[in-house]
Amino acid sequence: MGKTFVEKVLGRKAGRAVTAGEIVEVVPDYAMSHDNTAAIAKTFASIGVARLYDPNLHVVILDHASPPPNEKFAENHREVREFVKKHGIQNFYDVQRGVCHQVMVEEGFALPGLLIVGSDSHSTTYGAVGAFGTGIGRSEMAVIMATGRIWLRVPETMRVVFRGTPPPGVSAKDIMLYAIGRIGVEGANYMAVEFAGEAVEQMSVSSRMVLANMAAEMGAKTGYVEPDEITLEYVRPRARREFEVVKSDPDATYVRVHELDVSALEPLVACPHAVDNVKPVSEVAGTRIHQVFFGSCTNARLEDFEVVARILKGRRVHPEVRMLVFPASQQVYLDALRAGYLEILAEAGAVILNANCGPCMGSHQGIPANGEVSLSTSNRNFRGRQGNREAEIYLCSPATAAASAIRGVISDPREFL
Amino acid sequence: MKLVRGRVWKYGDDVNTDVIFPGKYTYTVTDPVEMASHAMEDLDPEFAKSVQPGDVVVAGRNFGCGSSREQAAFCLKYAGVGAVVAKSFSRIYFRNAINAGLPVIQAPEAVEAIEAGETVEIDLERGELRCKAGRFSFPRLPEAVLGIFAAGGLIPYTRQRLGLAPREGEGTGTSGESSR
Repeated sequence: MGKTFVEKVLGRKAGRAVTAGEIVEVVPDYAMSHDNTAAIAKTFASIGVARLYDPNLHVVILDHASPPPNEKFAENHREVREFVKKHGIQNFYDVQRGVCHQVMVEEGFALPGLLIVGSDSHSTTYGAVGAFGTGIGRSEMAVIMATGRIWLRVPETMRVVFRGTPPPGVSAKDIMLYAIGRIGVEGANYMAVEFAGEAVEQMSVSSRMVLANMAAEMGAKTGYVEPDEITLEYVRPRARREFEVVKSDPDATYVRVHELDVSALEPLVACPHAVDNVKPVSEVAGTRIHQVFFGSCTNARLEDFEVVARILKGRRVHPEVRMLVFPASQQVYLDALRAGYLEILAEAGAVILNANCGPCMGSHQGIPANGEVSLSTSNRNFRGRQGNREAEIYLCSPATAAASAIRGVISDPREFL
Repeated sequence: MKLVRGRVWKYGDDVNTDVIFPGKYTYTVTDPVEMASHAMEDLDPEFAKSVQPGDVVVAGRNFGCGSSREQAAFCLKYAGVGAVVAKSFSRIYFRNAINAGLPVIQAPEAVEAIEAGETVEIDLERGELRCKAGRFSFPRLPEAVLGIFAAGGLIPYTRQRLGLAPREGEGTGTSGESSR
């Protein structure tokens, strides 16, 4: 009987052959934490171990409210800086660097075959380059600081195969919303999800990150795209250490296989207040919007800026819409600047902000008012997510966000192709 | 392990971490009393005002979906919740609850039978829940994680394993103070 990707990675870490359902205790290759590092540091201190098990295991990235909007966040950041200095954590990125998951991939921490945990639910993103990435809690991160170890249940694996080539105007985000709408927010709970099929094979690493990132929205423990030449071309120049590509065996056991044809897919949106409340744009077209949030670890990379700039070029953001733009990282910011995309967006009337999470989880920089609609390229639309339970959040692709920003209502981006 | 007895707060499917503990508080609110005061804020503003020690949260499928924030488990514990009974839990919430020492019980049939506001009794040791509609049994936690739960959470468990002396309140399931 063949092994799945996750059985192989966790088996190698555990030093024995494992199958889905077993519980293993392992030392991860990297452990990522962000603004929550200050809280984790307090819990670590309460354990009573003086030194970190291994400072080089940790990557700390300030991104959730960067720069800090008030004194509480500022104190939080100060505590993080003091902690990383005291304990010699070299892999520290301050507020200028960008959204943690983007930085992990850009900086070559996320590599094929590695086991990476993060105290953030979207740590599944690293599977876009063939790593096992999963989200854990703060206490667990504190224990990794003290002991290096964490327990993990070896997950069953679901395979999601995207057949066909998506039509113009339909992106990885639409494809993923389609899958979540079909599979449901709990459909992959406790499971690893492997994404495959022609549509995925044609995708860039950036697009694959959309899939792996939002695997969390189906309840998945991790998302995974089998590394190929596209992956290797991306990771080779960035890799911080040696790595080995790990793939599922052809006769591996899958608990479920979903085959989804994307060749006739339309642009989609996730409507309030659930990510699997997915409808075609055509069905909700005309819904008035007040804010466009173009950012987050899901959809704010260079290819997204290219699409948005193409649509906004020579046009104006609707006067009654605030379009807030957050590049996923400082690198994306610079690349978009040099390519002229930021100029196009600014001329169109968009507000260009710095690379961080922005209003995604309601900390700062664009909290919607009561009764307002925020159209977002991010990954969650739960009630209150962006800081106001009286607001509504719709999730969409960057193209749909740009088209809707111009019209002031949810609009089909294919009208702008 | 103790007996849980309390009034039921009943909710539906997919109760997510943002409504249990809003993201805007996750980096600024760390005091247990203050955390408890925001519990369930965006789902049921009445909850934090009138929850009593031992009360039981009963919910549908996929309880705790969304963020990895463990405050969504700790805030219920600090609010005095004796247990969460659900048809199913999201994976990170389940981990976080065990690590917080908050009893999480998967019992879909019991959820169907339990009515909002009634008083239920849960025997964690025997794996039995008693409510107006009758008795329901539920599976015990996997052996490998029972130790964490028995110690009162991941932090006291880790201290035990490292041979460090227990702190006040540890091993009784009320250790959350050290894990805020």
